[in-house]
Amino acid sequence: MKLLVVEDDRETAAYLVKGLSEKGYTVDQSSDGREGLYLASSGSYDAIILDRMLPGMDGLALLGALRAAAIGTPSLILSALGSVDDRVKGLRAGGDDYLVKPFAFSELLARIEALLRRGAGTAATTKLRVADLELDLLTRSVKRGDATLDLLPREFQLLEYLMRNAGHVVTRTMLLEHVWDYHFDPQTNVIDVHVSRLRQKIDRNFERPLLHTVRGAGYCLRAPD
Amino acid sequence: MQRILSQMRRLVRTHAFRLASLYFAVFAVSVLGVLFFVYWMSADFVERQTQATLDAEISGLAEQFQQRGLSGLVQIVAARSAGDRGDGMLYLVTNSEGHPLAGNITGWPEGKPVAPGPIGFEVSVKAKAGQTEMHPAQGALLVIPDGYRLLVARDISDAALFRERIKMTLLWAGLVALGAGLVGGAVMGRNLLRRVEQVNRTAERVIGGNLSERVPVRGTADEFDQLAANLNSMLDQIERLMAGMREVSDNIAHDLRTPLSRLRARLELSLIGAPDAAAQSEAVRAAIDEADRLLATFNALLNIAEAESGARRDRAEPLDLAQTARAAAELYEPVAEEKGCALKLDVEPGIMIRGDRHLLSQAVANLLDNALKYGGGEVTLSAHQEDGRAALEVSDCGPGIPEAEREAVFDRFVRLEPSRSTPGNGLGLSLVRAVARLHNGTVRLGDNHPGLTVRLEFAALE
Repeated sequence: MKLLVVEDDRETAAYLVKGLSEKGYTVDQSSDGREGLYLASSGSYDAIILDRMLPGMDGLALLGALRAAAIGTPSLILSALGSVDDRVKGLRAGGDDYLVKPFAFSELLARIEALLRRGAGTAATTKLRVADLELDLLTRSVKRGDATLDLLPREFQLLEYLMRNAGHVVTRTMLLEHVWDYHFDPQTNVIDVHVSRLRQKIDRNFERPLLHTVRGAGYCLRAPD
Repeated sequence: MQRILSQMRRLVRTHAFRLASLYFAVFAVSVLGVLFFVYWMSADFVERQTQATLDAEISGLAEQFQQRGLSGLVQIVAARSAGDRGDGMLYLVTNSEGHPLAGNITGWPEGKPVAPGPIGFEVSVKAKAGQTEMHPAQGALLVIPDGYRLLVARDISDAALFRERIKMTLLWAGLVALGAGLVGGAVMGRNLLRRVEQVNRTAERVIGGNLSERVPVRGTADEFDQLAANLNSMLDQIERLMAGMREVSDNIAHDLRTPLSRLRARLELSLIGAPDAAAQSEAVRAAIDEADRLLATFNALLNIAEAESGARRDRAEPLDLAQTARAAAELYEPVAEEKGCALKLDVEPGIMIRGDRHLLSQAVANLLDNALKYGGGEVTLSAHQEDGRAALEVSDCGPGIPEAEREAVFDRFVRLEPSRSTPGNGLGLSLVRAVARLHNGTVRLGDNHPGLTVRLEFAALE
């Protein structure tokens, strides 16, 4: 997997390149907006991580130019500008995700993985499956093995998101954004309580748990090895 | 001299001076107009009347002459001239050489030509002490055939005196009125100037740094009062914003410095003593947690500042407060259950207001968070619409907040729990208040007997 990082702050760029390389990605880096656009125009990257405020060319302008050239490489905007307004502007300009600085590396990683999966193309499925857990989007029913699980609507949405990202870490912020459409951090960690409720329903009474907590990062739903 | 000149020039440039000058000019023109009219109506009227009397007398006598001849005319003139009738009428009939035949004038006025039309001359009149005085007279001449002349005149000394008096009276009245106008204009201009000056001086003092200065209001409810009131409320707003900014920087100094120094101390400690990989990574992890808490606090502060600045007012859209309330309750319901609290929902459907969904959700979430954290027991979230107002209430059955402290809890970083053992940053209610203000709404704390009730109120959309 090949990533392009367009970031002018040398320390942040070095941190990103080091972290992503360690996770097995091939990373190219540019600290100038125009150069970044030139590199991205090749269309040879799987995802682009880009800062908003860049020398040479603004990150949003870069994205606009890229999208105008019909290059749809999934991209994540990194920015210190964190209000809902800024977020909306970033996504309108053609960004696929928006992460506010400072961020936890695990959060960035989880989001990049989600982007890459989206880029791989999602076939229109009506059923999601992880091991013996099955979620039917049409009948909105969930089964594990032979047992039918009774989920509340929000628990269904939560499980759907986890299953779509099965095998990958999903952070609390990602859940709050995608399942609840909330863009703020609640003071109490309400997400934990919702996840543990869901866990009660899908993992209790079953020998092998599917929903795991990843310390310092978030949650991961995966089939047992 | 130079200074006086420059002061004069400055005065002439002022709006007040121009206004006062205009006022004076209009006043002067109208006063002069009135005075002229009065003069014309009185003094000139008398003169015109005299002329009319003379004309009537002449035509009367001319008729007599035609009917009765010269002797008849002499007779009538002699009769009319006999004695002083008090009307000041003068008559004279002469032959062609000017020798008087009858009348109460001694002779033809010297130097006056014998021509028809008005004649002005002086006549000697017997005064009281046997003396004679010269009085002005006005007359008209009728030339009779064969060179005889008839002069009819009138002593106009009274009329002249009257005219003189009127002239003097009007002159004085005019002078007094113009003087009053000048003074009035000056006073008006100075008043105007003074009120503008008051505004200017206040503005100068505010620029000089004294934000508590206000423009004096007279209570007359005129334009200047309105201007003063508007300026004052603008200054109030500026002062409030400045106080808010000062509060934020004070808060940052106090409440962010503490965790930052804790963070620094923790990292420094891990470097002291023998290197121990496990202890060091534990210290780094703790430092990251501390940094995350700091960031969360920082974000909360920024959120509040953003809501307070009103920068997001244009993001307001029609939304259903009931739906926002239900969504927040749904988010917190498992937390309540875990804490053993009952979260009751009493929401009337379809309460439309204009607002920012994200900020309102966060405000309601903060209220529920507080109620579950510090209140407990039964927590009720209710939303109703009454009299065009949309009200949202969160009540708990906890210890409540004493009335004296209810205002203070809205300030940043204020936490009533002295031990601060419950996690939190003391910014929740600050955001709630900022969000309420952004939506032109109110937030009030009340007693739930027992417990606390927080009530948010907004204008409902019809």
